[in-house]
Amino acid sequence: MKKPVVELKLPIIPNMELIATQTAEVISRHMNLTDDQSSEISMAIIEACINAFEHSKVENNVFIHFIIEEASLVIKVIDQGIGFDKTNVEIPKIENKIGTNERKRGWGLQLIQELMDSVEFESNEQGTTVTMKKNINK
Amino acid sequence: MSSFIASVKENNFIIIIETNGYLNNTGGDAIAEIVNKKIDQGHKKFLINMGNTKIVNSIGVSILIEIIEKLQSVDGSLGYYNLAPIVSKTFNIMGLTKYSTVFESEELAINEM
Repeated sequence: MKKPVVELKLPIIPNMELIATQTAEVISRHMNLTDDQSSEISMAIIEACINAFEHSKVENNVFIHFIIEEASLVIKVIDQGIGFDKTNVEIPKIENKIGTNERKRGWGLQLIQELMDSVEFESNEQGTTVTMKKNINK
Repeated sequence: MSSFIASVKENNFIIIIETNGYLNNTGGDAIAEIVNKKIDQGHKKFLINMGNTKIVNSIGVSILIEIIEKLQSVDGSLGYYNLAPIVSKTFNIMGLTKYSTVFESEELAINEM
């Protein structure tokens, strides 16, 4: 049977990521996910959208696909920006940021990886797809 | 004052800031503006009531890190209460709880800060 998919197209406008979190909440309720799981999904989506908005240099839209599977919810955040090399992204540590000149931002990937059950990044000059999965029975 | 700031009050020399809504870059800047102004007036202890902030992003929370850094320079402190579980988890992941304190209530915060 074909998996149900919900698709969103978000323009690059401040706070548009909240539309995606509202959609995620509806889907989470449909899948009987816990409130904590739903909140973690929303937070991960916010961070993936912000990364897409800010770092992809994309000027048109970001696409979000919610794929409802039997045992998990898979979310793809897709942009058509310039891409990035994940190996160049350092794991942030607050100890290195407080009292130093290091920029305080740069937490998005770390948060996504901590909050979701699995995360994959595919990126090249044509864009980036972040695929995040939350398992139902975790 | 930004609509993100619901109220600002003082109790026992602690400035208590009540927030309302999404803690993003503008929300973080609104808190920072108040903290900076109050530091200039001699205040050093700040408490944020986040009961009406159920969602945050890392940019807004990064501004809290800047505030913590600023408070360290004046021997001040920052605390929070009424945190939603996801906000508390985010603060833990980002390490804010190493440099600031989450309290269970305003009363406990006032007593312990």
